[in-house]
Amino acid sequence: MRYAEMGYHLEVDVATGNIEKVETDPKLTELYLGGLGSSVKLHWDRVPPEVKPFDDENMLIFSGGLLCGTPAFSANRTVVTFISPQSELLAYPMMGGFWSAELKHAGYDKIIFNNKSPELIYLWVKDDKVEIRDARHLAGKGALEVQDLIRDELNEPNAQVAAIGQAGESRCFTASIEQGRSSASRLGGGAIMGDKKIKAVAVRGTGDVHLADGAKFFELMEEVKDYINFRNTNPIPDVMTILSGIGSPQEMVHTDEKWHTESFAWGNARNRRKSFWTEDIEKSWTSTQIGAIKRLISCYNCPQHCGALIDAPDVPRYMMKCFSKLTYGMAAYVDNLDFSFNIVQKAQEYGVDGFSTPQILAFAVELKENGILTDKDFEGCPPDEDKEGRFMWLLDRLAHREGIGDIIADGTYWAAKRIGNGAEEYAHNNIKKHEQLPIKLGMLDPLYYLMYTTNEKISITQIEGNWPQAAFPKMEQRERFVEDWPQLPDDKFKQWLLDWEPRGEKSNPHFPTPPICSEIVDWMEMLHNIDDALGLCAGMASFCLKPPYHINNYHKLVSAATGMDVDQEELKRKVNRSRNLHRALNNRRGMSRKDEKPPKDHWRHRFPELEEELLTTYYTYKGWNHDGIPTRERLHELDLDYVADDLEQRGILINGEGQEDHQEHQG
Amino acid sequence: MAKVKKIIKNIKVDADRCSGCRGCEIACSAFHAEPKYSSVNPARSRVRVITHRLQDIWLPVFAGEYTPTECAGRDIYTIDGKDYDECGFCRAACPSRDMFKEPDSGLPLKCDMCEGEDEPLCVKWCLDGVLVYEEREVWVEEDSEEKKQEELDIGLGSLADKFGLNQLKDAMARMTTKE
Ligand code: SF4
Ligand code: SF4
Ligand code: SF4
Repeated sequence: MRYAEMGYHLEVDVATGNIEKVETDPKLTELYLGGLGSSVKLHWDRVPPEVKPFDDENMLIFSGGLLCGTPAFSANRTVVTFISPQSELLAYPMMGGFWSAELKHAGYDKIIFNNKSPELIYLWVKDDKVEIRDARHLAGKGALEVQDLIRDELNEPNAQVAAIGQAGESRCFTASIEQGRSSASRLGGGAIMGDKKIKAVAVRGTGDVHLADGAKFFELMEEVKDYINFRNTNPIPDVMTILSGIGSPQEMVHTDEKWHTESFAWGNARNRRKSFWTEDIEKSWTSTQIGAIKRLISCYNCPQHCGALIDAPDVPRYMMKCFSKLTYGMAAYVDNLDFSFNIVQKAQEYGVDGFSTPQILAFAVELKENGILTDKDFEGCPPDEDKEGRFMWLLDRLAHREGIGDIIADGTYWAAKRIGNGAEEYAHNNIKKHEQLPIKLGMLDPLYYLMYTTNEKISITQIEGNWPQAAFPKMEQRERFVEDWPQLPDDKFKQWLLDWEPRGEKSNPHFPTPPICSEIVDWMEMLHNIDDALGLCAGMASFCLKPPYHINNYHKLVSAATGMDVDQEELKRKVNRSRNLHRALNNRRGMSRKDEKPPKDHWRHRFPELEEELLTTYYTYKGWNHDGIPTRERLHELDLDYVADDLEQRGILINGEGQEDHQEHQG
Repeated sequence: MAKVKKIIKNIKVDADRCSGCRGCEIACSAFHAEPKYSSVNPARSRVRVITHRLQDIWLPVFAGEYTPTECAGRDIYTIDGKDYDECGFCRAACPSRDMFKEPDSGLPLKCDMCEGEDEPLCVKWCLDGVLVYEEREVWVEEDSEEKKQEELDIGLGSLADKFGLNQLKDAMARMTTKE
C-alpha cells in the first residue's frame, strides 16, 4: 500500500485521446518527494531544452503535493508546471482551493498532459473513470462561469474544476488557470492549456488517502492545531498588521490599506503616493470593502479564510483573494475601490494574472502618453480622463488579442521588443522577463537582492517570509521577537536578528553580511521548496513569520504520513536534490548569472560590487559555480551525477569541478 | 412516576460563519476509519458541507437515519433571500443521493456523535467555531409498561395497515426463526 501518495499518475495524450493510468515508482517520491519535487524530475527526463513553450512537447503537469488529501491543515496546493511562454524557463505557479485533494481522492498524484488536441476539450476524472469531453460549446466562456457549467452538465455538484477563460484560449502570456476562489496565475499556465486546447480539468474523487501512522499524524496535527489557535489569538507585536498573523495576507479582512497604497508604486510600477491614505479615502474604502464582502472563505482544510465571496454593486458574484483587490486600481491610478471589485471580476472571467496584467495595461498607457503607441493603436478607447474605462477597454483587447491587445498580451518584455522605438525602457519592472511586484525602494536590501535574483519562482512572494522584512528599531523588540522562535534551524540566527539595526554600520546594505545573507536566504528558499513539494500553503509555512509548519516539524509529518523514515537532514537533502535539478534544468535552457538581476530601478541606492559579492558568496554557499550552475561535486552529493554528465555533454559545465577557475572572469 | 436522567448531545451550527474548509469532513472520516485515523475520505464523512458558492450557501449537515425510499415531494426553503433546494436540510441517507453512504458498499452512514470521545471530532477540528458541542441533562419520565404497550400497538397497527396482517405475521414468523 502507498501512504500519503496515491502511487498513480494519469498520462493524457490530448492529440490521440490516449489515457493511461500509470503506477509510479516509489523511488520517485523517495528521491524527490511529491508536488514540485517530482514534477521537476519528470520535466528533466522528458522535455529536452530545445522544446519551446508552444511546441507539442511542452508537457503540462497538474500535481497535488505529497501531503494533499491528508489531514494536514492547509495542504491543498496544486502545482502546475510547464515551460513558460514568458520566461521560457520551467514555471510552477500554484493554486489553493479544493482541486488537489479531489485529485488524490480520485486516486492520482498528478495529471500529465502531452501534445495538443485538435478541438477544444475538457478532461473529466471521476475516480477510475476518465474521459476527454468535447468543449467546443464552452469556447469563449469565462473561467469562472465555465466551472459551474461543467458541474451542471456532468450533474456533479462536488466536482472541482480548474479552467481557463478567453485569455487562456487566446494564449495570452499572462493567462491564469482559475479554480473556485483560487488560481495558478503566474507565468502563463493558462496559455499552455489554451495552446493544448484544454478548456478545463474537472475532478471528483471518493477514494481513501492512507496514512502510514495515522495516530501519530493526528498527534502531530494536534500540536499544529494548538499553534494555529495560539497564533490566531496572539498576533506578533512590533510588525505591521499584515505581517502579524498567519495565512495568506488577510486582504479580505483588513481594510486599512495605508501601508500598501503608500509604500507600493502606482501606475506602471512608477510612483509612490505617500499621502494617499486620507480620512476620506479610508472611510470610502472601508465601506466599499465591507459592503462587497459577503463571506470569508477558506481553501480545503484550512481555518484561515483568506478569500471572500464578493457581492459588489452591478457585478456578478465571484470570489476574490489576496492582493488583486489593489493591483488594478493602483496600476490604473483609480482612487475608488469599487473599480477594483468591478475589474477583478472581469479579469478573473478572462482568466489573467492579477499581478502582471495590471502592469501591462499601465505600460500600454505609458507608451501612449509618451507617443510610442499612438491614437491609432487606441482607436475606440474611452478618453484619457476616463481611467477606469480605458483600463477596461485595454483588458478586453488583451484578453481577446485584438488590435494592440495582441501585442501587449505577450507581457511587457516581449511586447516592448515587438513595439521597439524605445518601448523597452518602459518594461522596467521585470526579472527574467516577468513582471514583479510594483515596489520601488531606497536602500539596497541584501537579503531581497538574493531572493529576487536567484530563485526559480521568479514571481511575487519569491522566497521571503520567515525572516522579518526589516530590522526592529529597539533592542527590546528584537529580544521579544527572538525569545520565542522555535521555527529557526539554528540558534545563531537569533544573534543576527539582535545585531541587525535599521541604520548605521549593522544595517542594509552591509548587514547582514554576504555569508549571513546566504544562510538566511538558503533557509527561506528551502522552506518554500518543501511547501511546494508537500503541497502546503506558504501562508501557513514559508511565507509568514513564525508559522505553524517549519523546518523542525516538516520531517515528522512526512515520516508519519508516508512511512518513510525521514529526519531533518534527509528532508533537506531531498528538497536540495529537486531544487538543484530545477536549477540545472533552467541552466540547460540558457539561464545563468547574466539573468539574475533585479529591475534596475528597484532600489535607488545600488552597490554593484557588493551585489556581485553577494551573488558569488551565495552561489558558493549553494555549491554553484561562478555562473550559477551547480558544480559536479554538488550534484554528486545529491545523487545527481546524471545531471552533471548531461551538463558537461552540453558544455554548460566544463570539466566539472574545475569550473570555477574557468569562469571566474566572465559574467 | 419515576424520572430518569438522559444526556442530550447537541451540535450547534452557526452556518453563517462556515468558511467551507471541510475540515469537519476530514476529521470525521479519519476518526471512523479502520483502524482509527488510518485514512481520510470526506466521501465517508457523517457530516457534509452542502455548498453553493455563489449563492452564499455553506451548510454543514449531519447524517441522520437511513431511509429506503425517497420522499415523494420536495421542499424549497427561502431563508434570508437564499434558496435551499430540495434536500438541503435533510439528514437522511436516501436513495436519491450519494451523500451519507459508504462510497464502495453503499451502506448508510449515521453520525454517532463520536461515541466515546469527550468532544466530537468535527467540532474539535472546526477552528472557525462554526460547530459548538453542548450536552444537556434532562430528566424524563421513565416510560411505564402501559405506555410501552400502547406504542407497540400503534406501531404494529401502522405496519398492518401498510402491509396487511398476513404479511406482517409471515415477517414476524421469519424474525422469530432467525432469532
Ligand atoms: S492560509 Fe489562506 S490561502 Fe492558505 S490555504 Fe489557508 S485559506 Fe488558503
Ligand atoms: S459528531 Fe462525530 S460522527 Fe458525527 S459528524 Fe461529527 S465527527 Fe462525524
Ligand atoms: S470545519 Fe467548520 S468552517 Fe470548516 S467546513 Fe466544517 S463547519 Fe465549515
